[in-house]
Amino acid sequence: MIDFAILSLLIFLPLVGVAFILLIRGDENRVARNSRYVALYTTIFTFILSIYMLIKFDGTSAEFQFVEKHDWLPSLGIQYHVGVDGISLFFVILATLLTPICILASWNSIKMRVKEYMIAFLVLETFMIGTFCALDAVLFYVFFEGVLIPMFIIIGVWGGPRRIYSAFKLFLYTLLGSVLMLVALLALYLEVGSSDIPTLMASPVAQNMQIWLWLAFFASFAVKMPMWPVHTWLPDAHVEAPTAGSVILAGVLLKMGGYGFLRFSLPMFPEATEFFAPMVMWLSVIAIIYTSLVALVQEDMKKLIAYSSVAHMGFVTLGIFSATTQGVEGGIFQMLSHGIISAALFLCVGVVYDRLHTREISRYGGLVKNMPKYATVFMILMLGSVGLPGTSGFVGEFLTLMGAFQVDTVVAVFATTGVVLGAAYMLVLYRRVVFGTQKNDDAAAMKDMNKLEYSYLIPLVLLVLWLGIAPSYVMDKVAPSVEKLIGQYESGLKAKPEGTDLATAKQIKIGNAE
Amino acid sequence: METLTFSSLAPIFPELFLACSGLLLLVIGVLRGNVSTRFISWASIIALLIAITIMLGQGTEGESTAILNGMFIQNNFTTFMKFLVLSGLIATIALSIQYLYDDNIIKFEYPLLVLFAGIGMMIMVSANDMLSLYVGLELQSLSLYVLAAIKRDNVRSAESGMKYFVLGAISSGMLLFGISLIYGFTGSTNFEIIGTTLANELSLGAVIGFVFILAALAFKISAVPFHMWTPDVYEGAPTSVTTLFALVPKVAAFALIIRLLFIPFAALSDQWFEIMWFLSMASMTVGAFAALRQTNIKRLMAYSSIGNVGYALIGIVAGGEAGIASVLVYLALYMVMTAGVFGIILSMRRDGHGVENISDLSGLSQNSPWLAYTLALLMFSMSGIPPLAGFFSKFIVFEAAIQSGLYFLAVFGVLTSVVGAYYYLRVIKVMFFDEPVEKFDARTELPRKIIVGLSLAVVVLFILNPSPLIDISALAVSDLF
Repeated sequence: MIDFAILSLLIFLPLVGVAFILLIRGDENRVARNSRYVALYTTIFTFILSIYMLIKFDGTSAEFQFVEKHDWLPSLGIQYHVGVDGISLFFVILATLLTPICILASWNSIKMRVKEYMIAFLVLETFMIGTFCALDAVLFYVFFEGVLIPMFIIIGVWGGPRRIYSAFKLFLYTLLGSVLMLVALLALYLEVGSSDIPTLMASPVAQNMQIWLWLAFFASFAVKMPMWPVHTWLPDAHVEAPTAGSVILAGVLLKMGGYGFLRFSLPMFPEATEFFAPMVMWLSVIAIIYTSLVALVQEDMKKLIAYSSVAHMGFVTLGIFSATTQGVEGGIFQMLSHGIISAALFLCVGVVYDRLHTREISRYGGLVKNMPKYATVFMILMLGSVGLPGTSGFVGEFLTLMGAFQVDTVVAVFATTGVVLGAAYMLVLYRRVVFGTQKNDDAAAMKDMNKLEYSYLIPLVLLVLWLGIAPSYVMDKVAPSVEKLIGQYESGLKAKPEGTDLATAKQIKIGNAE
Repeated sequence: METLTFSSLAPIFPELFLACSGLLLLVIGVLRGNVSTRFISWASIIALLIAITIMLGQGTEGESTAILNGMFIQNNFTTFMKFLVLSGLIATIALSIQYLYDDNIIKFEYPLLVLFAGIGMMIMVSANDMLSLYVGLELQSLSLYVLAAIKRDNVRSAESGMKYFVLGAISSGMLLFGISLIYGFTGSTNFEIIGTTLANELSLGAVIGFVFILAALAFKISAVPFHMWTPDVYEGAPTSVTTLFALVPKVAAFALIIRLLFIPFAALSDQWFEIMWFLSMASMTVGAFAALRQTNIKRLMAYSSIGNVGYALIGIVAGGEAGIASVLVYLALYMVMTAGVFGIILSMRRDGHGVENISDLSGLSQNSPWLAYTLALLMFSMSGIPPLAGFFSKFIVFEAAIQSGLYFLAVFGVLTSVVGAYYYLRVIKVMFFDEPVEKFDARTELPRKIIVGLSLAVVVLFILNPSPLIDISALAVSDLF
């Protein structure tokens, strides 16, 4: 174990970077250069610290680790309570990994208001890490919702031509979902008398209340995820966001929805989850097939990847709501894998966008001739997204489908067609961009990747391969927590017949503890 | 009849002190003329600070002290509310001084009228009798009517003063009519006696009288459907006066409403529950939707204040100690945020003239980044986004609502807050995403910087230690029940 407050350090270290950036004085160029470096060093240091946490993490335990508890609002019983378990651990790592990559990816492409840009990313990192570490529902909400502020600014200031529309859509859509969750959270807090997440997990509420609470939480997480039919903000946001914004959006922010399902919906409302699971699974299947078809006809590279994200998130919800060990583990793995692959794909788009300033697929073609290294990197990532065995994409899809198969064969069959469709649109994209004749002179004249671009793409490519070949490093650490989660879910269901009565529910709880 | 001794008047010392200093300053003003405006402004601020010191120095041991034959009461609740009122007044005067000179309203009456309005508000807060209530309310209202029209040669200012006066007079009439009905049916003007009488026997006449009183007070807090004056008066009055309107009178009126509902009219809670529920819903709706298309930032803030009144009313509807405590937290944080926002609106000047269109803020983030970031954070806070202070005020209010089982009201409230978020975001959008227009005049004097800075600090840092305010509100409210 670590005897200093590592999680608080992780959460608030980026804010120290913000303080340093605010202190920078001088002319514009100097401020821009120094802010870049401060942001880079801060995020890299945060990443190293998170790796240290990963090493010290006890993978055999399902308990929350590195727990910190301080009074925050004693009169309301709300605490500053943070900790990580196998479920949240890797999301923290994902956030700390992708932020420095985002800073690197913006090194040359962001030229105006660099200082503000770096501050926005550092604040965003604080909120992201905080969301995954929070073990108090109110604290979780504060971080979860706070993400909107920097994201709104990032898209609105540094985005593309329709950035204002997209920024508003992102903000209002997610806010609408979240405020409903806030009401449910308050209701849950008042019902149980605590906002402490472990306490909430151990305190079942009556079934009819579960249904309403589940729906309100679903409103928030489904929008964040995003699930069909509330996904329409995502393609807009992705297309207009600067490259790094897309990376964070696809890489981390979408995962907050899935994480929310795992942290709240499943353990706290097992009966409602069981009740709604078929609906969610069918929504997931629709998402997988529908958005894959939509992706097939896209002319904009970013939009295509955005729609593919919705499809991949469909596999995640499918796995999570199968409520089987494989399904949930697969869902988590799929989220991690998608976080890396889609982030890297957006970076790939960014590489060519920086050169040609267009995302239109037809403006490219034949890149393999003038950018062979880029073509290789892009290929590995494309195959990862398709789910080729040997890449991380395969593991997640396979496990979620296996989980779904145990629950509902028909759903699993339909979902599997999504894998085929996924291969179709990604291969079409790859063929049109990388192969074929070099019909555009300016595209044919582009230089291959430079050192900076290597520096942020290669680690991701290696991760995709490593996780594909040796997923057990992650899975071993995730498994105990997932077992515990499934245990909580099933014991919650067993309590059903007399579970509405609080006294019996308590007895059952005591029984389980023994 | 108790004998009147000087020491028995202790609870009213702050008011007496302010009245004396106000009269003294008035004499100085008359003798020296308008050149003394700046001096009188600062002297008023000092007087208000001394009043706060006197008030807090007295302390209360959780006991309500009634003096002057039960006309005037002092307890933790009144102290808390008066503290808000006095700090609001200090902030407004400090924000106004430079504005008075910039906008050529150099009149020594200005700070004095603010001071007298303040005395009226303090009496409102402490009123324990329908007569002292009326006297306090009128002292406040008359001062504010004059303030709204203080730019006599300006048509908009005169018009807004006139509107405010006519509608205010109607509401005062309704209030008096209601009071007379209550007096007729209960035989007393004292809050406690009315309370016990109504608890024993509920007569229809008293209910009608009560509704009249409530309508008059709804006018003062500009709750829908009694809000019509707010946008016009906010827009027409000089910006420094709008600042005052936005910050202080509502706090006093809320204090009065809370005391009325829970002391003399506690027995009518079934009746007022529905009225307050409707006022809250209607205010939230109108506040959110009517603000969407505003182009003038003062009108925008007017509708925003209407919406915020709706949220604060949720706490009253929820009732109980938790509900009322949530109203106090809400009002305190709202005041802090509004002070910051108006501090910035007052700084919106171009070529020596005040500008007040939202489009005038275009590209502010490039012209004056600090101003833009401050306003952006205040706007995010007003739309209730964590981790800023505005989130906690909404959190506490909705918590109280859900605790009382008001699920519908809570869900409705959060939904209108999403609509509200749109117009707050629009201000941010203009500042950050639009192309810059001409710069504002650079001069921002120290008092304004301090107030805006304090407001920003509270908004950002409140999350670190939200407990004190919440605990003090709970303590203040415990005296009511």
